[in-house]
Amino acid sequence: MIEWANTIIQGILTGGLYAMFAAGLAIIFGIMRLVNITHGDLIVLAAFVAMIVIEVTGVNPFISMIAVLPIMFVVGYFLQRGILNFTLGDDLLPPLLVTFGISIVVQNVLLEIFTADSQRLKAGTIETMSLELTEGLSIGVFPLIIFITAVAMIVCLQMLFNYTRIGRAFRATSDDATTAQLMGINHKHIFGLAMGLALVLVAIAGVLMAVRTNFDPTVGPSRLLYAFEAVIMGGLGSLWGTLIGGIILGVAQNIGAKIDPGWQILFGHIAFLIVLVFRPNGLFPRTRDD
Amino acid sequence: MTDTSYKVIRSTRASRIGSIIGLILFAILVSYPSWGDRATMRLLVEMFYILALAQMWNLLAGYGGLVSVGQQAFVGLGGYMLFLITIHFGVGPIWTVPLAGLIGALISLPVAFLVFRLRGHYFAIGTWVVAEVFLLLFAQVKTLGGGSGMSLPVSVIKSISSSRAGRDSAIYWTALLVVIVVIGIVYFLLRSRHGLALTAIRDSEEASGSLGVDNFRAKLLVYIFAAFGTAAIGALIFLTKLRISPSAAFDINWTTTVIFIVVIGGIGTIEGPILGTIVYFLLREQLADFGSWYLILLGATAVVVMLKAPQGIWGIITHKYDLRFFPVQRRLLLKENDSQES
Repeated sequence: MIEWANTIIQGILTGGLYAMFAAGLAIIFGIMRLVNITHGDLIVLAAFVAMIVIEVTGVNPFISMIAVLPIMFVVGYFLQRGILNFTLGDDLLPPLLVTFGISIVVQNVLLEIFTADSQRLKAGTIETMSLELTEGLSIGVFPLIIFITAVAMIVCLQMLFNYTRIGRAFRATSDDATTAQLMGINHKHIFGLAMGLALVLVAIAGVLMAVRTNFDPTVGPSRLLYAFEAVIMGGLGSLWGTLIGGIILGVAQNIGAKIDPGWQILFGHIAFLIVLVFRPNGLFPRTRDD
Repeated sequence: MTDTSYKVIRSTRASRIGSIIGLILFAILVSYPSWGDRATMRLLVEMFYILALAQMWNLLAGYGGLVSVGQQAFVGLGGYMLFLITIHFGVGPIWTVPLAGLIGALISLPVAFLVFRLRGHYFAIGTWVVAEVFLLLFAQVKTLGGGSGMSLPVSVIKSISSSRAGRDSAIYWTALLVVIVVIGIVYFLLRSRHGLALTAIRDSEEASGSLGVDNFRAKLLVYIFAAFGTAAIGALIFLTKLRISPSAAFDINWTTTVIFIVVIGGIGTIEGPILGTIVYFLLREQLADFGSWYLILLGATAVVVMLKAPQGIWGIITHKYDLRFFPVQRRLLLKENDSQES
């Protein structure tokens, strides 16, 4: 029994990481109506940027974020203003195919530079520390930190959207870009900032992921799928929903892994398909998908 | 009063010249095994199945508006059906190609039930999830080699033909037949009533719906047909490879390659994928020694094409010269029968 409790707690904590992957994707879709297929590869890119920062300066991964977050913000802003803004419109094809093309480019450039070798960022003793809850049930400190970060991230985002000037501009542009423009908002700039913000989230998630698990240039697409599944299960437009979606995914994967290691990923996908059949708009839908 | 009569024209001079060139090309390609060399023949087989896959994806995305990044689900399914049917039911390998197609079409129904719940952008990633599920499920099937895969038994390979040259020719002609049938079916589908509906959907979904086109039914039809074709092509692909594994069968690269081919060649046309396939193989052969750089170059080219010339290379050509080798559109020719000369 305690083993299953352990499995589920681990799953919930893993869900925090997936919620972080998902939050960036949800913001991009919420504001730009853009599904970014490059999302997973950008998570991996952030991890490699952190790796370089650490190699050059010798700091630990958490401190490296001081450099990685602004770098990814700038990458996001110019990615949006330089390329993605030109794909927006009624036609579905350009944004999908352009982000798909960029995804392949990013993946293969990383492969050429860093090879297919598995990498990991080292954060010291914190990786292996654990808290004993009861007899035989303990949780890792680092997974707990990830989960708390995810919750804090969502709280901050909610506050940003609800109480700040820029948050208001984000919501206005999301509702109606043309009218927002009439009110003096430069929607292209706002879209750039939104992508920058999304990539800051991606960078936090990427660095934490890189400390927790091995990564290489090819793992991006599976991170995209996890993020996507968490967003859809949670319900479009709901940030707390993405946390629930991430948790369901994490728990399903951990249960699968407990039964048979080969079923870990499969169980996550199946949980997603089941939600899709019974609640096609997700568990906490807020906006409609068009 | 002007008395206007009109007639609908479909073929053009380019299409008539094109069909003559096509016939000559066909004769060359059919007779190739009797005079060509083996390496080129293998390359041609690969070109045939990639082109056929590209036509299927183009039908889905270019006409049906269904951007799938999960067609590898059906490539892999078809490939595995080749192994399952030949080994366990003793059917001749060539015959598994249409059979795999039928199974693919059948499986596509429950898959469509799932992925059609996702709209637009989300449909794309949903199909990808389904392909991953297929991969993980087939990796669990021990009789099909599990995660490490399996080879086609020698007895099955010998059943195609006892000599190596005979097998190569048989596979070559099968591949040629598949690509011709695929292009033929797409061509006639687009010329039919359904094709008109699809073209209307491609141009505007709302407008076609308001004119009485059943968008959902038309899209479902396209999805099932693409699954049929893609699974059949999958069986053919692994007939040339003789070995299968889940990661090779359900590789996203099957879809990546054809997306780049269709986008660069020209989406929503039959000529575009043909042109795209030629460009793809030229690039790949030229950059063979530079690892994955050809993929980087292709990806970047596709992005630029999508941004600057969304109709692709063929779009640029038709814009300038009004060439059409596969006339699927209708043209209205007006004849004004009044006192003036017509």
